[in-house]
Amino acid sequence: MTSPSLSYIFSMIFKRDTKLAWSQGGSGTLGLSFFLIASSLFPFGIGADPNLLQDVSVSIIWIMALLAGLLSLDRLYQVDFEDGTLEEMMISPIGVTGVIIAKSLAHWVNSIVPLILFAPLLGVLYFLPDQAFGALILSLLVGSPALSFIGSIGASLTLAVKRGGVLLALIILPLYIPTLIFGASVVKNAISGLDYYPELSILGAVTLVSMVIAPIASKAALKLALE
Amino acid sequence: MHKYANPAQFNRLADRLLPWIKGLLILTLSYGLYSSIFIAPEDYQQSATSRIMFIHVPSAWMSMLVYMVMATASFTALVWKHPLAYLGAKSAAPIGALFTAAALLTGALWGKPTWGTYWMWDGRMTSVLVLFFLYLGYMAIWSTMDDEEKAGKASSILALVGVINIPIIKFSVDWWNGLHQGASIMKAKGPSMPSEMWVTLFIMFFAFQFYFALMFLWRMKTEINAKKIAAYRQARIAEESR
Repeated sequence: MTSPSLSYIFSMIFKRDTKLAWSQGGSGTLGLSFFLIASSLFPFGIGADPNLLQDVSVSIIWIMALLAGLLSLDRLYQVDFEDGTLEEMMISPIGVTGVIIAKSLAHWVNSIVPLILFAPLLGVLYFLPDQAFGALILSLLVGSPALSFIGSIGASLTLAVKRGGVLLALIILPLYIPTLIFGASVVKNAISGLDYYPELSILGAVTLVSMVIAPIASKAALKLALE
Repeated sequence: MHKYANPAQFNRLADRLLPWIKGLLILTLSYGLYSSIFIAPEDYQQSATSRIMFIHVPSAWMSMLVYMVMATASFTALVWKHPLAYLGAKSAAPIGALFTAAALLTGALWGKPTWGTYWMWDGRMTSVLVLFFLYLGYMAIWSTMDDEEKAGKASSILALVGVINIPIIKFSVDWWNGLHQGASIMKAKGPSMPSEMWVTLFIMFFAFQFYFALMFLWRMKTEINAKKIAAYRQARIAEESR
């Protein structure tokens, strides 16, 4: 019997996580609903003044994307860890790093990409000027993979903790700050008609660095949890 | 390096060092405080409020230095499995958090009279706030995980990931022009302030370091003793249940 190719195993893990995310009680629809409902609460709280809403729109969309992604993070490894699937995956030929990258990528596609698709809708509700829509989508596309990858570090670190959700937030949110700063500043520059490529490239750098560091740190943390 | 892995040996070394550290702390701190109040000149614009500097700047330096101590200890613990390194990192964290809180607090108190605001979201202040959160997260892992061994490793990983914030703090004043002033001591042309001022600063810095060393050794000894008591209790329980 020949062992399946690495890309096959990778895509199987990815597809499986995707199926689970969109099945009943999965995190995909829940995260998206949270994103839309929680974001629409702000106008009730801060008033319906279009200028005010436009000023805070970018930050709210970015912060809500970050929190909605956080919602599904504690399930990234938890469920598979509890029933032993994670251990099986880790001894497959793809290795621990492969599992981490496949799962983080699946988290990004299932929990965060849907938010990006709905972000323009929120942009309309928040009176975002026309020239900023492209920058909003672009900033989310470039910056949000970092949310899943950095989140993977927290999810794997809190694996050994019962009900580690709060701890996860405490660990991860400080590490999200650079992504948030540069992500929001891209759109703010676009709103005021400035060049936003410098911020966009830094945002891309943050994402790339997180993609390098997160698998290393997550690997150490996962091995620790499975000891 | 594993020479001092034996807790008893460590305790002996600590006991030999502690009187010296205490003496040096009393010397540097008393002279440093005297100098901060009576010898160092007042700033020509800020008058007496500039004296907050002698607490604020050393606290800020120490907040980063202690983080590096913690991260180095964590690295040592993960790579060479040095048994005391986990305890070292664990003991350093609350002291570092204290220095960071002190830097933020004195900064706010200094900011109000000179800048007219307690707080501003500029690069330096924000990154130091993040440092404070990192300390909190590190300590939270230790307190929520029951298994000491796992807690030690998990917190070490977080400490190493957080190291990325240290250069951000260091260069934040160069990268972002916020309210916080740029470097005025570690400059190529030498410090841009009267010598009485920076000498006092350095003495206070040493005083803070001795304070750290004192607290650190005390906390390490406490941790080791707590472990001994726990081991003793377990042995007693095992004996009684036999």
